[in-house]
Amino acid sequence: MSARDEILSHLRRSLHVTGKEAPRLANVASRIAGHPSGVIPARGQGDAAARLETFRAEILRAGATLADVADAAEAPGEVARYLRDANLPATLRRGDDERLAAMPWGDTTLEVSKGASDGRDLNALSAAFAGIAESGTLALYSGKDNPTTLNFLPENHIVVIFADDVVGDLEAAFARLRAKFGAVVPRTVNFVTGPSRSADIEQTLLFGAHGPRRLHVVVVGGASPLPLAGEG
Amino acid sequence: MSSVATTPRFKLNAHEALTDPRLQRALVHARNFVPRRAAALERLPEFEALRDSARDIKDHTLAHLDLYLETYERKVLEAGGHVHWARDAAEARQIFLDLANARGAKRVTKGKSMISEEIGLNQAMEAAGIEAVETDLGEYIIQLRNEAPSHIIAPAIHVTRDDVEADFRKFHTDLPTDRDLARPEQLLAEARGVLRDKFLSADIGVTGANFLVAETGTSIIVTNEGNGDLTQILPKVHVVIASLEKIVPTLEDAAQLLRVLARSATGQDMSVYTTLSTGPRRSDDPDGPEEYHVILLDNGRTAMMGTPFEDMLRCIRCGACMNHCPVYQQIGGHAYGWVYPGPMGAVLTPSLIGVAEGGQLPNASTFCGRCESVCPMRIPLPKMMRHWREREFERGLTPAVVRYGLKAWAFLATKPTLYRWLTDVNLRVLALLGRKRGRFSWMPFVSAWTDTRDFPAPQGATFQAQWRARSGATE
Repeated sequence: MSARDEILSHLRRSLHVTGKEAPRLANVASRIAGHPSGVIPARGQGDAAARLETFRAEILRAGATLADVADAAEAPGEVARYLRDANLPATLRRGDDERLAAMPWGDTTLEVSKGASDGRDLNALSAAFAGIAESGTLALYSGKDNPTTLNFLPENHIVVIFADDVVGDLEAAFARLRAKFGAVVPRTVNFVTGPSRSADIEQTLLFGAHGPRRLHVVVVGGASPLPLAGEG
Repeated sequence: MSSVATTPRFKLNAHEALTDPRLQRALVHARNFVPRRAAALERLPEFEALRDSARDIKDHTLAHLDLYLETYERKVLEAGGHVHWARDAAEARQIFLDLANARGAKRVTKGKSMISEEIGLNQAMEAAGIEAVETDLGEYIIQLRNEAPSHIIAPAIHVTRDDVEADFRKFHTDLPTDRDLARPEQLLAEARGVLRDKFLSADIGVTGANFLVAETGTSIIVTNEGNGDLTQILPKVHVVIASLEKIVPTLEDAAQLLRVLARSATGQDMSVYTTLSTGPRRSDDPDGPEEYHVILLDNGRTAMMGTPFEDMLRCIRCGACMNHCPVYQQIGGHAYGWVYPGPMGAVLTPSLIGVAEGGQLPNASTFCGRCESVCPMRIPLPKMMRHWREREFERGLTPAVVRYGLKAWAFLATKPTLYRWLTDVNLRVLALLGRKRGRFSWMPFVSAWTDTRDFPAPQGATFQAQWRARSGATE
């Protein structure tokens, strides 16, 4: 008997089942088809403005920095400003996601290149498909124009998120994923909550373990009534 | 790491740990987990409801595990991945080595995986001439030291900063000898540099999985460093090694468990990187692995189904039980002698390596119940340790002194008058002898206690006598 068959038959003996019982099959089919949500914390809920406010606060709490721009046309300028103020080289590696491709990169003096990273890029830019207010988390998927290596190899990671894409919770981000891709999810989906860190040496919290040391979030179109917080 | 258990010599291990000043210094840092978890819970009023939800999800999954495993397998295949089933550790190692050898792999990077520790994968690779590189900072440190992890989420919690500096100077010999490594940031930067080259040149990346999602055929890993992601996206082949109880039905179910996992583990709301991987890279993806394999390990799990230890299969490996355990806090993880320490290890180890080898661990508990009270999956750990104690006793594995001691106590306890008289005399004598210092640093027959701590002197009257005196109650 193959290992597979032996493990499954051992399991079924322990459960006193055959694997053919209609109610069990129905339980599994309905759970997967219905994918019910469980307990959703109140923290991330509320209208768009409330979600955005929570999202901003949680992102800063997670050790990232954040800036607001009024529209997509202003995003390249903010990216250039961020790199300049942090004394970083004016270079940028980015994916060709349609939201990024539509931005006026020629208006800046940034040296912009496109595609996956081979490990030599210092600064990278990605687009998030959702922001999660509950935990200040960015959700990014892989695909032709969205290389995953950009999210991990460069030292400084900048992520653009549109205010309309800030949702309350993980479940809402999954709903967006299903709406866009159906049953076949992208190869990689990254949920990113702050810059890379480690506490493995005497529980001392240090940033920039293997992934980016800095995470800067640019929120487009959700202009805050408050002054910009937590920059640089 | 070591897959050879020193669990049978647990008492000696514990004694050595208690008298090791370097270890005791390092263990102070492990106590930081407790206030961090408490602060995270403070911010989430729904935490108790989430614990119930998390427990119910796993109970439902275990009751339908055969069907969810079949669904999961089908989904992985549909996404272009491969699933390999392994009955035990030896089979899992062989599956991996066959994969590696068929691809001529020389260097393998690894994300943190307790299943890899459980099956002794690094030693198997070493014997086969393959370089295994641990990339989690803590795992990397203990790999240099040729040690096992002493904590399931903070594997190098027993190592001090000074130790790390000494190890880096010893092993990173191509770096300038006069470099400054005084600050932890400098140590981290050095490890980042050394490991970056390994990430970019590895032939295979091995990760564990925090969850396997049946709905989509997805493996989920949770890290703070990003090492797991570099491990699984850079090499041509990504191999996931996971035990079969890691299955959850849907992405929504995973979301419930994620909410209790990081809070219970490190006190974060979410770990920095939660990553979903489904199959190999797609035809137009610019990066990602060309092959995706999952090795599904049983290694004793199906045998736990339908037994009093089935609830243990809900465990999501957060480490909260050991962080809050007064025994773990004193002796650290190595004393437990195998892969899984603390209360969860005390329950799991006898299940996986047998009660004859691991039967001592369930005795390393004061039954204070803190482990169960913090377990996000509501696993009744003390109850299960009691089950193991009973099995150990039934099988005659309990030491003769304990067996005869219990018999003597049972004899006395069933004769109340004699019991009261003896305890009364005993307490009066002890109170008299100890009245000066209030404690004993030595006492015949109980050196196991007095070797490491003082025995408090009793006040002079038994509880029953004091009760009678205070309440004026009569028999």
